Amino acid sequence: MPIVLALALGVLLGLGATTFLYAEGASYLSTDPAACANCHIMQPQYDSWQKASHHTTATCVECHLPDDFVGKYLAKAENGWNHSKAFTLQDFHQPIVINEKNSRILHENCLRCHGPLVHAAGAAAEGAAPRCVRCHASVGHGETTGLGAPWAGVDAESAGTVND
Amino acid sequence: MRTYVILIVLVAAATAGVTALLLNVATRKSEARTPFVRLVEVDEDTTDPAEWGKNWPKQFDTYKLTALATRTRFGGHGGSEAMPHQKSEVFPFLPRVFQGYAFAIDYRDRRGHAYMLSDQEETERQEVPQTGSCIHCHASVMPLYRELGDGDAVAGFEKTYAMSYQETNAMLHELGHGHPVSCVDCHDPGSMAIRVTRPGFIQGIRALAEGDAPVPHLPSIQRWREGTRTAPYDPNADATRTEMRSYVCGQCHVEYYCSNKFKLTFPWAEGLTVEGAEAVWDSIEFEDGSQFHDFKHKETRAPVLKAQHPEFELWSQGIHARSGVACADCHMPYMRDGATKVSDHWVRSPLLNISRACQTCHHFPEAEILARVENIQSKNFQLLQNAGAAAVDLIDTILATRAEGATDAQLAPAFQMQRKAQWRLDYVAAENSMGFHAPQEAARILGEAADLARQGQVAALRWRSGGAAPDPR
Repeated sequence: MPIVLALALGVLLGLGATTFLYAEGASYLSTDPAACANCHIMQPQYDSWQKASHHTTATCVECHLPDDFVGKYLAKAENGWNHSKAFTLQDFHQPIVINEKNSRILHENCLRCHGPLVHAAGAAAEGAAPRCVRCHASVGHGETTGLGAPWAGVDAESAGTVND
Repeated sequence: MRTYVILIVLVAAATAGVTALLLNVATRKSEARTPFVRLVEVDEDTTDPAEWGKNWPKQFDTYKLTALATRTRFGGHGGSEAMPHQKSEVFPFLPRVFQGYAFAIDYRDRRGHAYMLSDQEETERQEVPQTGSCIHCHASVMPLYRELGDGDAVAGFEKTYAMSYQETNAMLHELGHGHPVSCVDCHDPGSMAIRVTRPGFIQGIRALAEGDAPVPHLPSIQRWREGTRTAPYDPNADATRTEMRSYVCGQCHVEYYCSNKFKLTFPWAEGLTVEGAEAVWDSIEFEDGSQFHDFKHKETRAPVLKAQHPEFELWSQGIHARSGVACADCHMPYMRDGATKVSDHWVRSPLLNISRACQTCHHFPEAEILARVENIQSKNFQLLQNAGAAAVDLIDTILATRAEGATDAQLAPAFQMQRKAQWRLDYVAAENSMGFHAPQEAARILGEAADLARQGQVAALRWRSGGAAPDPR
């Protein structure tokens, strides 16, 4: 019986390793922006970033992941799980939208470089100012793609009341 | 023993899961690598969309959905009844302003692309003789034009205005091309590149380029104007990809002359505005020396114009065109299908597909976006009703003053006001966006329509005080 189990585990291990290699699993541990477009969902984001102003100074992960080691890999793991689940089950909202947690990470990364410059304007204070991309929507993904601006904070209650 | 069995079952389940994942990854990878498989050859004469559908099933599947009945607050087809409602049920002024014209007989709300040919064949407007020009935009017509022109499509096209609709339609079916707008009308069968084919559009956009009206939303025309102009403007060679994504729709969703005195004509030489088209029509004189008109109003006898459906033109005046947003961006937005990106060929109102059509740029909840659109449209609806009431009042006033003894010569200024007012009214009424394609422009046009109709009443009533009618402003 132990032999059967050993064989079964071996098959699982081999299959798992093959799947990992075939799905380019290792690329997700890198910082290569091309890896973010592996599954093609992020292709417009990848293409537009190449034409946007921050192309020369920041890659995907420098804006979209925390800078500290633990935070970075925790966020990678969480987003990796969310993205693979959504793409495998094909059950996600289109167009894709940044979530609140990732939006906060993004803002902190703006401040990581630009903090000293905007500190006087109060932008660095938590909750005290709108997030940078509210106005600077084009810096990451360019002017015309419609990508980059945050989801507007219109709550469900006030949405749809223009006519009243 | 029991532990081993449980472990083996667990490992088997995990292995099955990993295998399923591997297969899923493989499927997505192959989707990305092979977006289509060319199973059958298609060429310029393949008008049957089902043939193309064998190669491009994703696009064909959504194309077929244009047969579904769809409805928004202000347009479309409710679904339960066989045909869309008569527009006069919503706009009571329509039959009155169209007196003496076939649109007073039958004028229904829109249906999807799938019905464009059958609806045209069945409309009661066919009780009045119609020209072969109409086929230009209701069928996959290019092979018929080549047949009529001995290989030269433009020559064939220029023959059809003098033919009857029935004769042209019968030829179309005999040649086996009795299909609504089809793949080949907008795609090159060799490369699948997006392209325009309609002679009316190609001639119209050429006239627009050769004029000097501003077209800030069409940069390739600007570049052509500044260039050597050795060859005429050719949308298929000169236009950008974004422009082409509107040009294909502009082949038909436009204002045009479509009757039997001369060929189908897009009035764009003076620009894409309501005044530009009016100037072109006003500059034309019929062979008998009379002023160009689409019909003589049966009650007032004024020579008036009928607007078709100037969606391309009104969009041209709006903020979306100015921002580089093409027709297809909202009416055929990109959608995901596995790992591939497909243009949705279910051409329909963006309001039925708000997430893909609007939220790519407008990062608001769907309810918020819908409310903003309905806010614009309901205001336009009200302005439309006001302008329509004014146009009907003008007709009544002309009839009343004629009954009192005013002559046609004395009423001539009022006739011109009726012409101008109805043209503006109909320009927005016939346009299929309830003002949304350019809200401020639509409001301006409707404001003018009401004003001109009231000025026409003043001109007619001036007769009562014995004074000559004032010249139109």
